[in-house]
Amino acid sequence: MTPEAMVLDRVTRVPGVRGALLASAGDGLVVAEQLMDGVDGRAAAALAGALVGRLLRTTGAAGLESPLFVHLRAEEGSLLAAPAPNDLVLVAVVGPDANIGLARLEMLDAAGRLG
Amino acid sequence: MRALEPWVELPLQAFLDESAARLTLLMTSSGQVVAQHGFARSLDVMTAAALGAGIVASTEEMARLMGGSRFEALVHHGARQSCLLSVFATPRGRWIGLVVFGPETSVGIVQLFFDRMVSELEALAPREAVATPTLAENFEHELNASLKALFGR
Repeated sequence: MTPEAMVLDRVTRVPGVRGALLASAGDGLVVAEQLMDGVDGRAAAALAGALVGRLLRTTGAAGLESPLFVHLRAEEGSLLAAPAPNDLVLVAVVGPDANIGLARLEMLDAAGRLG
Repeated sequence: MRALEPWVELPLQAFLDESAARLTLLMTSSGQVVAQHGFARSLDVMTAAALGAGIVASTEEMARLMGGSRFEALVHHGARQSCLLSVFATPRGRWIGLVVFGPETSVGIVQLFFDRMVSELEALAPREAVATPTLAENFEHELNASLKALFGR
């Protein structure tokens, strides 16, 4: 199993996580993914990559520290993103009943291991 | 944004709004322009359409030589701006999309919303017969008429 696959495996084991993927922040393209049926990985990668890229630029321009974790909450679930080294973003698509706290811990730990 | 056919306008405008593309050109596989956004001069449109159609023809021949199916999309990554060239099927025949975008967006976003635009174009395209190829004697007249419509003058 590749390091990327191991990272995604850990995140997708968290209850309520419908899928996880690694995306290139600059390009918004999928690098690796583990998703349930019906989760559009391309869309998640493109939108999360753009969101994280803009947040990094915004906080940088404002002289603030880069965000470590992004939680975008919607009516029927959330999109979680953790910037990782080498211009990567670890993204998780979770349902409304997901254990967000555990997913956050796993993602932060996993993103740190990608360096 | 200007389009020769009204049904193209809505999907193209949605794509432009979502993708933040700087320049967009939709054309037939023979290089006849259907719609454009961002071009200031008709000469630029003609050049881009001819070059885009030429690149698509070259890559298709390359794919044929390599024994594979045709390439669907080609992306040139640049430091300040990048370019997506994509071929897609419509009820009006095969079309080519040429999109130039900068670092304010990403290739993932552009490809995602380009594919959505293609689906919408496919759904909205009138199912009537495909237009006959332009004859050589009419070409200059039709080209001038198209450019006039695309630039509004």
